[in-house]
Amino acid sequence: MGKLVIHAEKVTPEIARELMHICPFGALEFDGKELSVNAACRLCRLCVNKGPQGVMTFQEEASAPSIDKAAWYGITVFADASEGSLHPVSFELIGKARELAKVPVLGRTQPVQVLLILDSTHLSDKTSREALIASLLSRGADEIYVYDHPMFRHFSNTTYARAFEDYIEKVRPSSILVGATNTGRSLAPRVAAHFRTGLTADCTSLEMKENSDLVQIRPAFGGNIMAQILTENTRPQFATVRYKVFADPGPVLSPSEAELTGKVKIMPSDPAWEDKRIQITSVEDLPKVQDISEAERIVAVGRGLKKPEDLALFQAFADRIGAHLASSRPLVENGTLPPTCQIGLSGKTVKPKLIFTFGISGAVQFAAGMKSSDCIIAVNTDKNAPIFDIAHYCVVADMYDVVRALTQSWE
Amino acid sequence: MNIIVCIKQVPQSSNVKVDPETGVLIRDGVESKMNPYDLFALEAALSLKESLGAHVEVITMGPPAAKAVLMEAVYMGADHGTLISDRRLGGADVLATAYTLSSAILAFEEELGPVSLILCGKQTTDGDTAQVGPEIAEYLDLPQYSNVRRLFVPENASETPARIQIQSQLGTKLLDASIQLPALLCLDSEVNTPRLPSFNRKKALKGQEEPVRTLSLSDFQDQDESHYGLKGSATSVERIFPPEKTDTHIFIEKEGEAAAGELLQLLQSAKRI
Repeated sequence: MGKLVIHAEKVTPEIARELMHICPFGALEFDGKELSVNAACRLCRLCVNKGPQGVMTFQEEASAPSIDKAAWYGITVFADASEGSLHPVSFELIGKARELAKVPVLGRTQPVQVLLILDSTHLSDKTSREALIASLLSRGADEIYVYDHPMFRHFSNTTYARAFEDYIEKVRPSSILVGATNTGRSLAPRVAAHFRTGLTADCTSLEMKENSDLVQIRPAFGGNIMAQILTENTRPQFATVRYKVFADPGPVLSPSEAELTGKVKIMPSDPAWEDKRIQITSVEDLPKVQDISEAERIVAVGRGLKKPEDLALFQAFADRIGAHLASSRPLVENGTLPPTCQIGLSGKTVKPKLIFTFGISGAVQFAAGMKSSDCIIAVNTDKNAPIFDIAHYCVVADMYDVVRALTQSWE
Repeated sequence: MNIIVCIKQVPQSSNVKVDPETGVLIRDGVESKMNPYDLFALEAALSLKESLGAHVEVITMGPPAAKAVLMEAVYMGADHGTLISDRRLGGADVLATAYTLSSAILAFEEELGPVSLILCGKQTTDGDTAQVGPEIAEYLDLPQYSNVRRLFVPENASETPARIQIQSQLGTKLLDASIQLPALLCLDSEVNTPRLPSFNRKKALKGQEEPVRTLSLSDFQDQDESHYGLKGSATSVERIFPPEKTDTHIFIEKEGEAAAGELLQLLQSAKRI
C-alpha cells in the first residue's frame, strides 16, 4: 500500500512530457505548470522506475492489518454441476490444485478440496451423485463437500452464492479455483465481493508461494501483455481459469484407493438460500451454432477438392471433431457450398481455436479472414503455397489421405 | 423508471507491447473510445426508454477525459451522465471498482430516486474480466445474470415494471427467467444492434451545459478512503511482462497416415486438442 508523490520542484515541461509518455494509462496530466495524477492511475509505478530519477516517488504507507494466513488452509476447486452434468474444467482444476498442493505452506501440506453444488434428483441420464463424486475422487481430491438440494437444479448466482458462502465460512480454504465458464464467471465475483477479497479472472498460470499466496498470471490488453497478480492481504484468494488451459490428468487413483483416501462430507443446505426474486421458466439446449464466425473449430476446404461429392469426407471429419465446415471462395463461386460458409475478405472473418485448411493455397483474400486463429493446420501438396507462411502446422501431403487418416485416428 | 448503464473508456487499440529491454509498455497512441461491449447495454436501455419511458443515466469511473464517452452516450440518447473522478480512486482493482460504482449508484438513488435496472456490457476490451457487474450486484444485493442475450418487459407493463424477462446463455443451455426488479444484467453482443450517435442530438445540445455531473469520494455515503482505489483493492499487480513467443511453424512432410499420426501427437502435446 502507498501513494505516488510528485516532486513538483523537479518538474519541467520536458520532464512532464516524458512522464506522460511513459504512463501506459494516461494517468498523468500537465497543465503547463503543474503535473498531477488522475483517477486512471493503477499504481504500476512505471513513472517511478522508468522516469527521470526522483521526480516521482512511491511512498509506502502502513498496510492494512493483514489477515492470519494460517487460519485459511486448503485449495478448493468449485465443481460446476448445474443442469445435471459436471463441466470437465473441474477435472483440469483438480489436477492443477494437486500440483499447487505439493508446495508446503506455513509448514503444512494443503488438502485439495472440491465444492460440489448440485441437485441430484435431476442429474443427466448416465450419472448419479455417487458416480460424480467417484470421478472427482479418482482425480485425487482429498475432500469433497456436497451441497445437494432441488434449488440448485438451475443456475442462479444468488442461490449458489449462499451455499458457496456457507462453505467458505465453515471450511475456510486459502485458495479457490473456479472454471471460467459462464456460470463460474458470474458466481466467483459475486462470492469474492461478499468476502471483500480478490479475484483474478482467466488465469493462464498459477503457482503457490510458501506463505500461501497464490501467484496468478493472466493476459491483459487482449493478450499482448501478461500480468502477475497477488492477493496478499485477504483470504480466500479467488482465481478463475478457462476450460482447456490446464490438462485433465485423468484418474490418478483406482476406485478402491480413492474411496480409502478421499473424504466425502454432505453439507446441510438451507432452503432459505433460494433467491425467490428469480423465477426460472425454462432451460433448453442451445441450438447448434450455424455461424462460422462464432465457431471454435473449423474445417475449411478449397480448390483442392476434386469433385463436390468428395465434400462428404470433410464433412465427416468436421462432425468427428465438432467443427463447422467452411471454404475459400472458389467452392462458393461454383456452388459447392453456400456463401455463409465462405471465409475471407468477401466472406466471414473467423478466429477459431483450431482451423484445418485442406487444399487451400492461402491467397491474401482468404488469409485475411482467418490468420488470427489460435491454431492453424494447413494441408496442401504444394510446399510453396502461401498458406504455409501463416500456418502453425504445415502438412505437405495429399489432403484426401490426411483427412481419412485423421477421421479414423481422432479420439 | 431509472436505468443506469455502466460504461468505460478504454484505449482505442489494445495493441500494446512491452519493451523487452526496459519493461516499459509501448502503446499505439493514447486515443480512447467507449468500450465497444457497453454499446449493447446502452442500446438495451434506450430501447426500454422508448417503449416504457425511462431516465437513462450513464456512469463511468475514470480520469476527467472519460467525460467524452459519457457525452458519446448522451449523443446516442442517454439522458445524463455521471463521471466518478477522484485521484483517491486510482489503482482500483475489480473489487474497488465495483465498490466505487455501487457507491455512485447509491448516491444517485439518494438524489434522484430508486434505480430499477443496472445494465453492463459483457466485459471490457482492456481488462477482459467480466467481473465488475456481478460484484456491483453483490454490493447492492441485487439478482444478477451474465451472458444475457434477450431482455424484455411484458407488453402491458407499467412505466415502473415489477419484473423483467431475460434469456441467458449458460454453456450449451439457454435459460429463460423472470426476474424481480431492481436487478443487474450483463449483456452479450447478441442482444441487439446498437444505434449510432445522433448528429441532430449533438447539434441540439451544442452550446448548452453538458448533462454530466462529476462525483468524487466526498459525494459518497461511505467516505472511508480505505474502501476505494488502491487501498480498497485486494489484488496487486506484481509485474507485467511480454508473453512468451510461441510462433510454432512446423512442417510435416510424410504420407497421409504417418502425417496424420504425427500431427495428432503434436496437437496433443501442445494442448491444442
